[in-house]
Parts: sequence; C-alpha cells; structure tokens
Amino acid sequence: MKLVLPAVAATATLLSPVLAEARQVTFETTLKNYGGNGAYVVLYVTDASGAYKGTLWMAGGKAKYHRHLSDWQRASGGRATEIDGITGASVGSGKTLKITLDLADAMIDAGYKVHVDTAVEDGMDNPSEVVAPLAASASGKPVAGRGYVKSFTVTF
Amino acid sequence: MLRRLHGLPGIVLALALTVTAVTGAVLSVQPALDRAAAPAIPAATSVADLAAQVAARHPGVSVIRLRADGSLTAAFDEDGARGVEQIDPATGAGLGPYAVSETTRFITNLHRSFLSGDAGRAAAAIGALAMLGLSVSGVALLARRLGGAGALLRPVRGTPAQRWHGELGRLAALGLLLSSLTGLWMSAGTFGLLPEAQGTSPAVTASGGAPAPVGTLATLKAVKLQDLRELSFPDPADPADVFTLATAEGERVVDAATGATLALKPATALERVNDLVRMLHTGRRAWVLGLFLGLASAAVPVLGGTGLVLWLRRRAARPRIAANVPARSADTVILVGSEGNSTWGFAGTLHAALTAAGHKVHTAAMNDVSSAHLAAPRLLVLAATYGEGAAPQSARHFLARLARLPGRPAVAVLGFGDRSFPHFCRFARAVADALDARGCPQIVPMKRVDRRSAQEFAQWGRDLGAALGHDLVLAYMAEPPKTMPLVLAGRELYGEAVGAPVAILRFQAPSDPRTGAPGRLPAFEAGDLVGILPPGDVMPRFYSLGSSARDGILEICVRLREGGLCSSFLHALQPGATIDAFIRENPAFRPAKGRAPLILIGAGAGIGPLAGFVRANAAGRPVHLYWGGRSAASDFLYEHELAQHLAERRLTTLRTAFSRDPDGSAYVQDRIAADAPRLRELVRQGAQILVCGGRDMAEAVTRALEPVVRPLGLDLPTLKSSGRYVEDVY
Repeated sequence: MKLVLPAVAATATLLSPVLAEARQVTFETTLKNYGGNGAYVVLYVTDASGAYKGTLWMAGGKAKYHRHLSDWQRASGGRATEIDGITGASVGSGKTLKITLDLADAMIDAGYKVHVDTAVEDGMDNPSEVVAPLAASASGKPVAGRGYVKSFTVTF
Repeated sequence: MLRRLHGLPGIVLALALTVTAVTGAVLSVQPALDRAAAPAIPAATSVADLAAQVAARHPGVSVIRLRADGSLTAAFDEDGARGVEQIDPATGAGLGPYAVSETTRFITNLHRSFLSGDAGRAAAAIGALAMLGLSVSGVALLARRLGGAGALLRPVRGTPAQRWHGELGRLAALGLLLSSLTGLWMSAGTFGLLPEAQGTSPAVTASGGAPAPVGTLATLKAVKLQDLRELSFPDPADPADVFTLATAEGERVVDAATGATLALKPATALERVNDLVRMLHTGRRAWVLGLFLGLASAAVPVLGGTGLVLWLRRRAARPRIAANVPARSADTVILVGSEGNSTWGFAGTLHAALTAAGHKVHTAAMNDVSSAHLAAPRLLVLAATYGEGAAPQSARHFLARLARLPGRPAVAVLGFGDRSFPHFCRFARAVADALDARGCPQIVPMKRVDRRSAQEFAQWGRDLGAALGHDLVLAYMAEPPKTMPLVLAGRELYGEAVGAPVAILRFQAPSDPRTGAPGRLPAFEAGDLVGILPPGDVMPRFYSLGSSARDGILEICVRLREGGLCSSFLHALQPGATIDAFIRENPAFRPAKGRAPLILIGAGAGIGPLAGFVRANAAGRPVHLYWGGRSAASDFLYEHELAQHLAERRLTTLRTAFSRDPDGSAYVQDRIAADAPRLRELVRQGAQILVCGGRDMAEAVTRALEPVVRPLGLDLPTLKSSGRYVEDVY
C-alpha cells in the first residue's frame, strides 16, 4: 500500500508531502508460523536520543488491545490521534505486512530507528522486538525479531 | 404480531444462532475443566513471594499474569530462551509452555466471529441482538399462552413440539437473556461503542535507586497472589522504569528500589462493569454459572428445530389465498376468524368464487382489521367460535380494533360452529351486532353454518349472490384428511337390555398382504381422537381413544345413536371389516405429568379414554375413577378390566353409579357430592380432574364439584386455566 499521510507528517515530520525531498520506503514484516490469532503489529520511529517521533502503521484495530504493545504505548501515550488513519487489520500467523511510504530525505541516515512491537492474544507481548536503523546501508537487509517477527526489511 | 416477530426471524436465524449457541455451550464447559485442572492458589502467598520464585528461575521475566482461565503464567526473555510458561502457584515452578489449544482457539473464533473477522463479529452481534429479541418475545408468547405473566411456571400443554419448545424455552430463557445481553455489551466494546478508558498512566518519578530483590518490595508483599491480574517488571536496561501491578481494584505503579506505590490508578466504573460482564458471559471465575449458560445455549438447536416444526405446521394449516388483491384496491374484503384454520378453507372457496364473478377480493385475518379493510364497499366476515362463545385465535383482537376504526362498509357475517354446543356461533353473533350497532348496512342477514356443512355454506352463497345481483356458486370441498385403513379385531356389546347399546371396538392395522406381518398403528395416546369416515360421507366423526399405540390396538367406545350414520355403521361392523380413519391429537385432554392424584370422571361411553389412562398407569400413581352407567348388570363397561386394575394398583378407587338399578339408583354427580371431603383433600394435594362424557353429565359434574373446591379458595375456571380441570365433552 502506498501512503502519503499529511496528518502524521504534520505532527511528527516523518513523512514528506513534497515528493522532491522524499524517498519511497518499503517496510516488509513477515511473521513466523506461531499458530495463533492475528498479531497486533505496530511500526514507529524514535530519534537518535530514543525519543518517540511518530507511528508509521498500526496493524490491529481494537484500541483495547493496544496496551499490549507496551513500548509503543509508553512512548506514544497510546492516544488515538497517533494512529488516526494509519490503522489496518491484524497480521495472521505466517503472513506479511508490507507498507510503502514517502519518507522525508532528512529522516534517512540521521540516527532514526524503526521499532516493531507485536502482541498475540493468549501469547506473548513483544515490545521493540525489532529495532532497525533508518540507514541506507541497511536497505534490503532482513533482520529477525525476538518474538513473532521472522524477518523485517526496510528498502529505500 | 408478536408471533410474527418471533416465528419467521427465528427460523431464518436458527442456523447462525445454532453455531453461536453450540460453540458457546462447548466453551462453557471450559471454566469447570480449568478449575479442575488449574493448581489451587495458596491463600497466604503474596505476589512478592511468587515473583521472587519466578525471578530466581527466570532473570528475564517480563510479565506474570493470573489469567481469566485460572492459569498463572510468566513471560520471559533471556539469552536464547523466550516464551510464556505456566507456573505452579504453590512453588513458582515451571509447568511447561502455556498455550491455548488449537481446538479451543478455533471454537472461540467460530463463536465470536464465524471465523470471518470484523464482518463475522458484526454478524455475531446481530445474532446476539436477535437472540435477545427471541428470548423476550418467546417468554411473552409463552406467558400469553399460559394465561398471563403470573402463569409462566404452569405446565405447558400441547403437541410434543409445543411442549418441548415451551418447556425448554422457559428453562433456557434466563441464560439466553444473560448471554445475549452480555454478548452485546462485549460487541459494543469491540466496536468501540463504549467509552474507552484512556491508557495513559499518571506521570511518576522513580527513585532511581538500585533495584531491590523483588521478594522484598512492600507493595507486592501486601497483595495476595489470588488477587493478581498482571505484574509487569521494569526494563532492566532502564533504571527509571517501574513495576506495574494490576488487580481488580486498579493499576499500581511500584518503585523497583523502594517498593513503594508511586501511583494508583483505580479501576473505573466502566472497567469494573466490563470485568463483570466478561465473567457473566464466559463463566470464567464463575464455573457454575458457565455450565448453566452452556445448558441454556445447548437448548438453542432444539428450540430451532421444534420452532421450525411449529412454524411449518401453522403455515401448512392456513390455505393460500390465490389472487389476493391489496386491501386498498379491493371492492370486497373477507375477514376470517378461525381457531383451527378450517374456516380459512371456506374463505378460500368464497374468495375464488367472488374473484371469478369479477370482484376484486382481499382476504385477511380478523385480527389484522385496518381502516383500509373498512374503507372497502363490502365486508364479509367468516367467524368461528371458540369454547364457550369466545373469539377464535385469529379474531381475538377484532372487536377492540373495530371500535377504534372508522368506516361503514356493507356487511355480511357468516358464523361457523356446532349446533350441539350451547353457545352456537355466539362470537359471530357478537360481531354481527357490533357491525350493526355502528350502522353498517346488511347485505344479507347473519347466517350460521353447523359443523362445516357444505350445503349450508352453498345456500348462503346463493343468498349473497342474489343480493349482489349475480350467481355465486360456493362448492366447498373439505380437504379430505389422510386416512389409513383399520381392521376390526374385536367387539364387545353392552347395554342393549337398558336401551343404550355401547360397543367397545378394538382395531388393528391391517397386516402386510404379502408377508402377513402385523401392520403398524400410527402414534396416539389415550385421550387423542380418531376421526372415522362413514362410507359415502365426507364429514369425519371423532371418538376419544381408550388405548395408546403402545397397547398394539386402537380402542374406542361407541354409543349407538338413533339415526346416527357413523355409530350405526360402527355397531354393524363385523370383525375383519375395514374402516377409514385418521388420528387427531388432543393434547389438552391428557393426565399432567407427575405423581399428583388423578380424579377421572365419566359416564357411559366416556369411560373409554379414562380406562386408557388407568391402563397406562403402570407407575401406580393415585387414580380415582368415578363413572356412571345405567345398569350394573347390562352396561358396566370394562367391569373385569377395572377389577384387575384395582388389584394391580393401577386404579386406586372406583366409584360407580347406576341410574336404572332398582336398589339405590344414582348418577355420577351424586357420588361426587357424597365424596366431597375426600375429593377436596385430593384437590388440595394438587389432583388433576379429567372429565369425559356427554354435555349434560359434564354440567351436572361441574355443579357438584363447585362446592367441593370452593372451601379451598378455588373455583373451576381457575382450575381449568391451570390445566387441573380438563374436559372432553360431546
């Protein structure tokens, strides 16, 4: 899916509405065959000092379960405005979540990191199970998560 | 209206509701199993004790949860090992990885969402709403049927499908109401329709000191393990991080160094309600309730099945009216008041004949009367009468509605009834009077049709046609009932000497012509009716059955009536001869279940079903038979069989009265009056009274019984309405 999201861009300056200064970035999250109900997966960005900058995508629509994405919850405050318009269905066992966004050039190679929190009903909560740098050198190189994420790839 | 709301939607939704209910019933057993399987939590153990034991084995423990299913789990993340482990609450030892079984997960998802995500969840929510509606309307219908809300606990009478539907529905209603209401609440939460408690915790500042051993933290020591919901451990990499401890009361933030409570966020009223609703719906932490809800849910498929049977039966009984034009464009409206739907057959014939004569005809039930019906130029009312002159089922609200509606169409009223009853066509009379009183001109005067007479109906048609200025031929053909042949196997004749011949006739199903194997009788109980078609006649005559199908014979008592077509035919019948017959259920005339005494009262041939009830009383329930004949020497029906039943205790007492015996002639009502104290005691014990016989006898019995029950603060109408006084009178 292709996303250009002014609301998020305005609050977190993550996404650029002006394509000339932006790059298309693809985030691909493939889950393990853990064999349970669909996983809640959230992708969000912190800066070099570890401070929360904004959310890229929330997979899993029921707000009452968002507290299980505990790092995201703590960092973002869990406010509905943080994920307004960037929420989709939860991700099934063994399935892949692929999102494509236009990211401001200034975000890349500037110490920003992408975090992935996951949680499954009656299973584990995995805060920040993936923390990957937004760096050109890391483009296309899959990393494994500690929980349900089999591989996570950022491609510029 | 209520019935329409209950019936068709119930049928349509039955399959989906069955899936939800059956999966719910399966899941309902889980809390009881979990309770049996989960190790008990020692009352003295604190959260701190357990946390210390777990932390000793798993330095990387992140969360300890006491789950709703009763299992205690710990999530941990150490070098190379992560997972969720089940914990023994007594020792803190690991009991292996925690996982919900694939089957439970599948059934849960089927229950919640038909395995179809949010669309399925919405469907399940609609199902819960439907279940709520069906429970409420079902209870209302049952209350109406049993005679008001106060009568809801009375026994349900009727056909087996009606009894099952009513009795099971009544048992399940409370559980289904609870399940559907709580299910709706949870659905509302899932779809964000309830205000969401904001997840922000109050800002706190940790002391930042070196973390103390978890077993020493004061707040954790103060909370019992059995009250725990969730304990999350601080991130070891973050010295400013804290413990959060969730219980039913709320969430505490606990300093990792001092063990002090830094903040307490009490559970909101909404959270507490959510907890309660979840417990009431799942039965978790309330396993007995869970099993009760499961039983109620398990009744849903049976309710669906019996409901379908009832609905189909009611539908099949009402004939389809061909070419029914809308009420607003009709020049002639036919309104039908029918109890057993037979009047609809006449209405169908009338409708077709009028349509053929060029009229635009609309036919509807009398209960559905509206201003559109009364705006038509002509209104024809076909009304049966129920019981002692009451309105039949499809006309119960007619007079009340009529009074509120405008319109003065020209009317003709035709009543259907039985001349042998004292209130022949009383309801039709009342309708005709009401229409007359509001000034409706008469097309033809009100006429009454005796026992569905096709001839009288045709005559009325000719009169109506003459008034309308054209021929109107009403050729009503009663739907011929499906008959089966029965062979007379034996006959006993009584009472000839006293001028009242009564025959006990025993029939069998004809044996197979090829194999010679004995045939099978249809299902029937003593007290049901057999309809017999005399040769060359289309009107069946009904006789009460004195045996049940289990006895292997079909037995009736037939009094010979002078000039009686059917009784003459039956009395002349020789063994081996065949008749055409069919069974009609008569569930209203049957002994109530249970051990309460029965008082059976009859005269003459009315002893037939009563003898059948006695014969079926293998359990030895107290049964007292009062019977009147003419002469002990001539018409003492079943004399020897009753003596044997007395010896075998199927019959407790027998009181006979003979009206023509020289020494002490008496009637059955005299015996009742003489036994008043004894009968009163039996009624006080909850006895049911069943009366079978002629109308005069029944009236005399009523008069004799009134003073018997009055000192108990009872009267016969009350006993009648609760099914404790039932009659089969002819």
